[in-house]
Amino acid sequence: MLQKLYDWVDERVDITPLWRDIADHEVPEHVNPAHHFSAFVYCFGGLTFFVTVIQILSGMFLTMYYVPDIENAWRSVYYLQTEVAHGQIVRGMHHWGASVVIVMLFLHTLRVFFQGAYKKPRELNWMVGVLLFFIMLGLGLTGYLLPWDNKAYFATQVTLEIAEKVPFIGEATKTLLAGDPNIVGAQTLTRFFAIHVFFLPAALFALMAVHFILIRKQGISGPL
Amino acid sequence: MHKGKGMKFVGDSRITAERKPNIPKDYSEYPGRTEAFWPNFLLKEWLVGAVFLVGFLCLTAAHPAPLEGIADPTAAGYIPLPDWYFLFLYQFLKYEFASGPYFVIGAIVAPGLAFGGLLLAPFLDNRPGRKVSQRPIAVSLMLLGMASVFWLTYEAAEHVNWEQRAEENTPELPTEVEIDEDHPGYEVYQNNSCIQCHGESLEGGAAAPPLTDIDHSVDEIKDIAQNGIGDMPPGQFEGTDEELQQLAEFIVEVNESGE
Repeated sequence: MLQKLYDWVDERVDITPLWRDIADHEVPEHVNPAHHFSAFVYCFGGLTFFVTVIQILSGMFLTMYYVPDIENAWRSVYYLQTEVAHGQIVRGMHHWGASVVIVMLFLHTLRVFFQGAYKKPRELNWMVGVLLFFIMLGLGLTGYLLPWDNKAYFATQVTLEIAEKVPFIGEATKTLLAGDPNIVGAQTLTRFFAIHVFFLPAALFALMAVHFILIRKQGISGPL
Repeated sequence: MHKGKGMKFVGDSRITAERKPNIPKDYSEYPGRTEAFWPNFLLKEWLVGAVFLVGFLCLTAAHPAPLEGIADPTAAGYIPLPDWYFLFLYQFLKYEFASGPYFVIGAIVAPGLAFGGLLLAPFLDNRPGRKVSQRPIAVSLMLLGMASVFWLTYEAAEHVNWEQRAEENTPELPTEVEIDEDHPGYEVYQNNSCIQCHGESLEGGAAAPPLTDIDHSVDEIKDIAQNGIGDMPPGQFEGTDEELQQLAEFIVEVNESGE
């Protein structure tokens, strides 16, 4: 039955080459923890991806309750935290995942760095990876404001003050992020929300795709 | 891929009519103990992922995500703190050589050099040798960078009393009271001088505190209305005893509605 379904689709769209590209790739001995336990360092990249998936899924569920508005943002989070079934777990996953993903990214970066795995021909993939790190930090920064509690509000005020003091582009950047040259308020919250759930994830997905395609094309770096 | 003459397509599409067999590659010819990703290795990865997820969920269940009180822009004494992974930058900007007139150095030049160096690492460290011993400069710069980030984070976090912060900022749902303006007591409230100082919605003002969130009984309120309390002079109420009763009951009801 499944085979027939597969054949039916395959005849029309020729998915076998695509499927073989995804499924057929080697896992060399030196990266396989089943053969060399020290190869667990190669897990950090995969775990980063895993936590990113957790972040995407839990974030999608959070937006079912979250309201990006200064009157209701905090109340919606409070409601989610205290009234909604498993709301505390879902928000907890998103909150802790945001920290764990940074830790995993850091470990993954260190693994690649100390193994010198970014050397020719993998320079481009290293740069894409560093950009991914920056995007993740941006997601952390914008997500911090969304619960609209005191720590969110005042930390964002400090961030925007720092952005404002940058020469030449500072004030324009602050206005772009906060929606107003002076007020941290309703506009700031909606902008941070838009950046957090649309702009940065879009960039994240695009760069992740490039990151993975490059790994597949170039193969994993050899043993030292 | 087969090209050129003799190609057969499915219908009028560009899908080739020739089917390719869907069988995995043979990895026995690969060097060492190479394994196929699908399905052999993926199953093992799945197990590692499951163990990781269990640990992660334990963390989530044991420590609920923190939430402080609703943002209050007038809370002047609040000391802002960023999330832990920005603490090192926050700490760095406190130093004399990185703040005030040197702000540009602290906020742009130094982090720009560090992160720019990280971004361009493959071009700065461009010799072919991959071993740590073959690239002492790159490795020692990275170790220096890591040590400074760890140290700065420690310096920033050390002075913070996390438990006290959490205690002082517990989330509390702001009480919302319903003002029933048709209540006979509200009319009394309006007709006497109460409304001038305590406000239309009992919210208080410059001269008087709010009448919501108070803990007085009906009799106590009657006494206060006639004899005053604190800065409130006596003799503010000039109505009948019945009106006084209505007024006190109204204020108590408003307070009960907010609980």
